[in-house]
Amino acid sequence: MSTLDDKAKGVMDDDAAHAEGGEDTGAGGFIILFFIIGFAASMVLGWVVFPQFLYSQKQQPFSFNHALHVGEVGDGCESCHFFREDGSFSGIPKLAQCTECHEEPMGETEDEAIFVEQYVTRDREVPWLSYSRQPDCVFFSHVAHVVGAKMDCVTCHGHIGESESSRPYEYNRVTGYSRDIWGKNIAGFKRNSWDRMKMDDCAQCHKEAGIIHTSSVQTERDACFVCHK
Amino acid sequence: MKVDRRSFLSFVIGGAAGTALSPLPWKLIDDSSIWSQMWPWTPVPPDGEVVYEDSTCSLCPGGCGISVRKVDNRAVKIEGKKGHPVNDGGICILGLSGLQLLYGPTRIKTPMKRIGERGEGKWRKISWDEATVILTEKLTDIRNRGEAHTVAAIAESDSGTVPALLQRFMTAYGSPNFIRTSSQVDADELAVKTLFGATGRAGFDLENADYVLSFGAGLVDGWGSPVRMFRAGSLWKEKNVAVVQVEPRLSNSAAKATRWVPINPGTEADLALGIAAVLVSQNMVDTGGVSGFGSWKSDLLSNYPTQKVSQTTGVAADVIVDLAKGFAKADRPLALCGRGKGLVAGSLRETAAVYALNALAGNINRTGGMWAVPESDYIQWPKAATDKLASAGLRQPRIDGAGAGRYADSRYLPNRLADGVNGEGPYPLQVLLVAGANPCHDLPDSKNVRAAFARIPFIVSFSSFNDETSAMADLLLPDHVYLERYEDVPVGAGLARQVIGLSRPVVSAQFNTRHLGETVIAAARAMGGSIADAFPWPDYETCLEETLGEKWDTLMETGVWVENDIDPVADTVRLAGMDAPAIQAEGDVDRFPLLLVPYDSIRISGGTIGDPPFMIKTVADTVIKGKDGFVEVNPQTASAAGLTEGDMATLSTPRGEVRVRIHLFEGIKPGVAAMARGLGHTAYDGYLAEKGVNVNELIGPVEDPSSGHDAAWGIRAKLAKA
Repeated sequence: MSTLDDKAKGVMDDDAAHAEGGEDTGAGGFIILFFIIGFAASMVLGWVVFPQFLYSQKQQPFSFNHALHVGEVGDGCESCHFFREDGSFSGIPKLAQCTECHEEPMGETEDEAIFVEQYVTRDREVPWLSYSRQPDCVFFSHVAHVVGAKMDCVTCHGHIGESESSRPYEYNRVTGYSRDIWGKNIAGFKRNSWDRMKMDDCAQCHKEAGIIHTSSVQTERDACFVCHK
Repeated sequence: MKVDRRSFLSFVIGGAAGTALSPLPWKLIDDSSIWSQMWPWTPVPPDGEVVYEDSTCSLCPGGCGISVRKVDNRAVKIEGKKGHPVNDGGICILGLSGLQLLYGPTRIKTPMKRIGERGEGKWRKISWDEATVILTEKLTDIRNRGEAHTVAAIAESDSGTVPALLQRFMTAYGSPNFIRTSSQVDADELAVKTLFGATGRAGFDLENADYVLSFGAGLVDGWGSPVRMFRAGSLWKEKNVAVVQVEPRLSNSAAKATRWVPINPGTEADLALGIAAVLVSQNMVDTGGVSGFGSWKSDLLSNYPTQKVSQTTGVAADVIVDLAKGFAKADRPLALCGRGKGLVAGSLRETAAVYALNALAGNINRTGGMWAVPESDYIQWPKAATDKLASAGLRQPRIDGAGAGRYADSRYLPNRLADGVNGEGPYPLQVLLVAGANPCHDLPDSKNVRAAFARIPFIVSFSSFNDETSAMADLLLPDHVYLERYEDVPVGAGLARQVIGLSRPVVSAQFNTRHLGETVIAAARAMGGSIADAFPWPDYETCLEETLGEKWDTLMETGVWVENDIDPVADTVRLAGMDAPAIQAEGDVDRFPLLLVPYDSIRISGGTIGDPPFMIKTVADTVIKGKDGFVEVNPQTASAAGLTEGDMATLSTPRGEVRVRIHLFEGIKPGVAAMARGLGHTAYDGYLAEKGVNVNELIGPVEDPSSGHDAAWGIRAKLAKA
């Protein structure tokens, strides 16, 4: 018995001595330090490095000056981004629309020269990269919002009509869609209504405006298939 | 500082906490869900302006109006044109699949010249100018040697401006050898000529008939104008019209009919004449509109007593009498013929016998009846002047023998082309031009056809697709497909009115192809002299517009020109053409105890165009399974040969032997085997090639003694366990 007790005591003493030993003082500090290092590194990775990797950039075929065009045309955005007779939205204009004015170069900018030489004379559509293109699973009706609800283009598209050049097109390497859908802010925070265009943003605006459709009997809200065709 | 285990764990926990508080995991979850919902390889229809372009489908002789839905410049869907006099909004499965022909991988994209062995598939791309030079130098060389007649052309149709241009080219060049591919039209034209004494075709006012007696016509299997037939079928159901289908096999048409009368294959003419005999003997005929009744009547009554007909046809005597009574009692009874889709010419005896039934019912040229519709006559070009070389060539007999001697009553005999080339013809053929036809797959006795093609030194194909015939060609001059070109489409197909549709380019030409009309005009102009003089038009569109004259504006506006007020070629039917002996199946009964009959299906394209991928996917796995084709037999027949469902068997006929699977089918007479027509392609794409068996490998042509037309309805066969 005594032998066992002695042994046990010895172990306890040993432990106590170890805990109080000079070389181990401050171990708790190290643990916290490593926690902070890990925490900080992953925060930097997640907030700074990750967005750099996630998104890639492409340049538009040539720079487009919205401000200049808006000044020239008579009907604002709808002069070029119009509704067709069947109510569908024309989106980015086709070459045929541009050449109504641009059969010959207008002005002497480098971009104008690229446009006329590369596209107009060769009768090729300009491969514009659409900042606002939603994923294919999203059905969005412009006419319901712009004509029906009389919404302003700026509400969703911001002040693109005042831009004097085309900013680089950023796209998500995983999904291939434009960065504008998630928004510039990686955390998903937004200051303006046009900063993000995810489903929550649709829902938020519909809620604020008190427009809750009830096409789904179960949820008394809009059915999934209203937007996801 | 020592990094121990606890520090490391602390680092990891700190990292995990930091990661959870960073957007990384949450954003990746969102992105991967978006990515996985929209795989980049999932095809997405283009976004753009939606427009509809109207045109006319010419994939079969039906002549349906179509409306093609386009997004910007991409055609995305073909629909039937609402209000069209032929199909009124309906469309068939082939018409619906047309975009796969336009955009599919089987297109020939540019003119090409063969550089490898024939059939090897080695080609060199050439320009259209070079192609025209190769063609015209070859043709000029032959013509200058005084051998213009050794050039032949085979086309799917002989009506409309494009076939007419080709025919005109042959005439101006000096060859009598323009050949139209075989179909029920051959027998129909001959029957109308024999019975009515004038050129024309039969039209059927099906929508107003109140009793329909079909001798094997595939009413919903693609006979006539298929969509019009579907609509007529629905109308008959609504109006409780009796539809009797006489056929050895329970086809879809038989299943949809109010009554199916199984019959011994190939004895339809006997049944028609047997019914006529009952009508005559029971005084149930209207002889007002017929001539030659007296002598015909006595022959009929002595040759077709009901008991004898019952024995020949396998149809019970009381059923024959019943059918006769039903036909006679109806106000507007219609009898129809042409097996399946009417892809084989058939015999004059059978066609005349069936048409005679309509005449005996007094149902000619009236509402709900059979009409003798004149040929459309809008192509009024001055006769092509022929120089000395051309006249000499045109005096030569035809390679297929049509129009002379024992074949005097026929216009074209494509079934005799192979034999003609293989040594039975009056001279060897030097050049064959193939337009809108695929003889290497569609002509009976494929082995003989292949041998014939191997003997022809120079073959030119105008096909838009990699079909079996273009694989055998030396020069490919691809035509636009129907959705890329202007063309008039005169519609026969059993319509009781005259209809011309206009095919319009729905999309611009996708590849470096050229309209056949342009190619013919360009070749003629390059050859100069009287040949060039015969083609005064600068291009095909001018030719089309000038030819159509005042119809052009109507066609451009509405896409279709209709003449409802038919002036029949004649009102009196001369009872004749029914004396020839019955067409027998080739082969020895002892060696080949079974009868093999081909059958048609709306899901299998039987004409020049092969099944597009959408369509072949709808074919049941009792017709083709994997690469194997099936033969349908009655369980009795199968068990006698020791075969059960799905077994591999060898099916042999006097013309060939193939391996097939067995499908047991109660809806077919014992002793008869049936096989789908239109399969067994070796060309086209992976969706179609090598699937099933081409029934033409097994069946040879059988000449109609009255005309020489192919009247084969089947062949004797033998089935053995493989």
